[in-house]
Amino acid sequence: MTKELLSLRVNGEPHTVAAEPHHTLLEVLREELQLTGTKHGCELGECGACTVLVDGVPILSCLTLPAQLGANAEITTVEGLANGGQLHPLQTAFAQEGAAQCGYCTPGMLMAAKALLDTNPRPSRAEIAHAISGNLCRCTGYTAIYEAVEKAAKAR
Amino acid sequence: MSELSILGQRRPKVNSWAHLTGQAKYADDIVLPRMLYGRLLRSTQAHARIKKVDVSRALAHPGVVAVVTGADMPEKMGIMPSTQDETALAVDKVRYVGEPVAAVAALDEDTAFEALSLIRVEYEPLEPILSIEEALAREDVKVHEDSKRGNVFKEVHLSFGDLEAGFANADHTRDDWFFFEGNTHAPIESHSCVANGEANGNVTLWTCTQVPHYLHRELEKVLGVPRARIRVIATPNGGAFGGKSDPFAHEFAACLLALRTKRPVKFTLDREEVFYAHRGRHPVKMHLRTGVTKDGEITAVHFQSWLDGGAYASYGIATTYYTGALLTVTYRVPAYKFDGVRVYTNKPPCGPKRGHGTTQPRYAFEAQLDKIADDLGLDPLAYRHRILQPANSRTVNDLRITTMGLGECLERVGQRTDFSAKHRNLPPGKGIGVAGSAYISGAGLPIYWNEMPHSGATVKIDRGGGVTVYCGTAEIGQGSDNMLASITAEALGVMPEDVHVVSGDTSLAPVDLGSYSSRVTFMAGNAVKQAALKLRDQLAEVAAEQLGVPIEQILCAYRRYYDHEDPDKFMSFTDVAAAAEARFGTLSAAGWYKPPKGIGGTFKGAGVGPSPAYSYQACVAEVTVDRETGVLTVDRLVTAHDCGRALNPANVEGQIEGSAYMGYGEVIGEEQVFRGGLHKKPSLLDYKIPTSLDTPALEAIIVETVDAEGPYGGKEAGEGPLNPVIPAIANAVFDAIGVRFDETPITPEKILDALAKKKDRVGPTGLDGGRDPKASLRRLNASTKAREKKRDA
Repeated sequence: MTKELLSLRVNGEPHTVAAEPHHTLLEVLREELQLTGTKHGCELGECGACTVLVDGVPILSCLTLPAQLGANAEITTVEGLANGGQLHPLQTAFAQEGAAQCGYCTPGMLMAAKALLDTNPRPSRAEIAHAISGNLCRCTGYTAIYEAVEKAAKAR
Repeated sequence: MSELSILGQRRPKVNSWAHLTGQAKYADDIVLPRMLYGRLLRSTQAHARIKKVDVSRALAHPGVVAVVTGADMPEKMGIMPSTQDETALAVDKVRYVGEPVAAVAALDEDTAFEALSLIRVEYEPLEPILSIEEALAREDVKVHEDSKRGNVFKEVHLSFGDLEAGFANADHTRDDWFFFEGNTHAPIESHSCVANGEANGNVTLWTCTQVPHYLHRELEKVLGVPRARIRVIATPNGGAFGGKSDPFAHEFAACLLALRTKRPVKFTLDREEVFYAHRGRHPVKMHLRTGVTKDGEITAVHFQSWLDGGAYASYGIATTYYTGALLTVTYRVPAYKFDGVRVYTNKPPCGPKRGHGTTQPRYAFEAQLDKIADDLGLDPLAYRHRILQPANSRTVNDLRITTMGLGECLERVGQRTDFSAKHRNLPPGKGIGVAGSAYISGAGLPIYWNEMPHSGATVKIDRGGGVTVYCGTAEIGQGSDNMLASITAEALGVMPEDVHVVSGDTSLAPVDLGSYSSRVTFMAGNAVKQAALKLRDQLAEVAAEQLGVPIEQILCAYRRYYDHEDPDKFMSFTDVAAAAEARFGTLSAAGWYKPPKGIGGTFKGAGVGPSPAYSYQACVAEVTVDRETGVLTVDRLVTAHDCGRALNPANVEGQIEGSAYMGYGEVIGEEQVFRGGLHKKPSLLDYKIPTSLDTPALEAIIVETVDAEGPYGGKEAGEGPLNPVIPAIANAVFDAIGVRFDETPITPEKILDALAKKKDRVGPTGLDGGRDPKASLRRLNASTKAREKKRDA
């Protein structure tokens, strides 16, 4: 395969990278941009670990080709969640509630939770459960994650 | 010592911030210059002789740098030194579909993947052994040629007390058969490693392992490279649960390819491969006979287990013993007999999953106790409370019990759920069930025989108020790095964020045996506490002198050494450390921990079961069964856990909830099952782990018993709380619909079938399940042939 030039906006910054056209957004983020905060758990769209935001909407980067995205698409990864040095309320709340155990589902979970809070600032527990139902966590049993999202909602 | 300043508080884990910002470096996040990408070729056969492996076309493929096969690493290996029956890559035989046969390193992953299809493996298929019954009966087909009887890997027979008299004195005796289906860990991070071959012949391996020290030993053996030239660094594990505690093919292959190419080589398994790596929960068939007096006092227990071990040993010898070892630590058992058999089958090897070997018998025992309570007309919660094994006692199989909080656990879950009022009084389709359980706070013996410490730690103080702790523990998400930082901070009077943790690195840190058997808080915690207290004594001596206060009056907390009678008299930690370094020289100390002698028996097989302390737990499950659809909904799981002292209550609750979640998954539907040797569900779509929408409300209750030997009183929290959940749900299902589920998982199909046929019980009736284990294989072969015929026509 031949690499092709690709322009992306990630976390507010413009990037041009050379990538195989069949490589997924997940691969481009991790391997070409070294944004390894976004995780792969299955690369089949089953686990949600690779969730990133495109124009604020959570998508599975393992099932997305960069070419599918519009030229002005704004991609947000976990590295772009904090605002400069200021952690996002979700990050603080996840730490306080122990909502990240092994931390591997956490970046995807945070992005799904951010998308929820951006559209629904005071979600019920059922709404939180629904919003993160595509993100598998094998450690927590989800309870601490609900508590963290609720805490972050209150803090915003 | 007065009150604790750090421990006992809900504090964010020191390593949380890296997890939450994407800065944590898991193995697959490591990229090194000139790095090659590796892939494993896996067996397509369940059981076959390897006639020939031809890698010439793969080697000639552009972009392929090196290929290795089993012949390159023929040395036998395995986690348990006494049962090493594996090779890094298959040598002359394959024993399960998915067994690694060859490994490729290429310039990129796509090329490595292409190269696999260019390797020609000639197999001579052999009949596969696919069930416990077949494995026992077939003398003509051997998974491993050296099995003495059929395909038996290990046979254990232990007897304690007067069993005959016990059963003779029983007013009521129950005989029940159970089957616990196998299942797997399914961590969200798949196995991954990077090995770097250095110019001087050294190799460094970054890998998501739970056992860097044991892996270090096996790498030396298989690679023939002295351990002094190998460095293993355990990366943060993205979940493990026991599934990353064996040495794996990809780790050996990465090291050998790195040594040969003098380049870094990365292997990351894909999701399907994780199901073949497995080492998960053994399927176990069980027979349990328990005698009781008319008021329920146990007079004797005879437990028999048959474990389906899969193709290799893994931890199987320990698993076999564990199915029998811990049944005695919860309730008084005056006479006990245990017979265990583990067999080889042509399936991915089973090993340790959270609760290692104790989960299956605990399910059987607690389900049977529920039946006994029912037979005798007793409240199952109050009944359990009445027959507790006492604290500070010895069990019939010679296990030393110290702190024992099961009674309080039962009381707390009973109160929280109003159990006794609801039990047998809920409307049809609604049910409530209870179960108790226990687990070890670390195995009493190491995996290889030695007299050295189980855990070592060093602590050093720098000149700016910082502290560094070095310990060989592996951070697998259970919070061990935070535990090390918190105990160090408590002992030295600093804050956890002042402590830099270097863990899981065989070159930098003293040996810790690894993150298995829930041993880390107890053992590494004691080691690091001892090291830190040595330094604290030096600092306190200097502080006492400089403050003009007797040393007994010096306390430390919040970065101060102070006079506890006049806390305004203090020195800062940084100042007192500088004065101590001037006085004593470089501030560094080592600590270590080894379990005390005499905590177990001296009979053959006494090595499995003893632990410096046992954790205890109880669970109440509330369920709803839809009689139309067969769907079992678990409405609520309340789990109480005796963790000694909760060093960080938020983390302990997280372990309790996570354990309850995992147990729930095992009873509701998770199963590692096969169709003619082929895994039926090697993906997360088919192997369904509970999502947020599936998971019941989980409530965690911490019970503290402050263990005298635990670090600041702590015991384990990571595994035990899984065990009571499964029988509690099964017992609740009986309360709801009057059907005993003596096998897992409890699926809608089984519930509907039982209701339609008016069964009062679902489960095995003997060792032979009555099902033809080869039927599915024949169907599979027939459909494959038909497809091939159609294709060729």
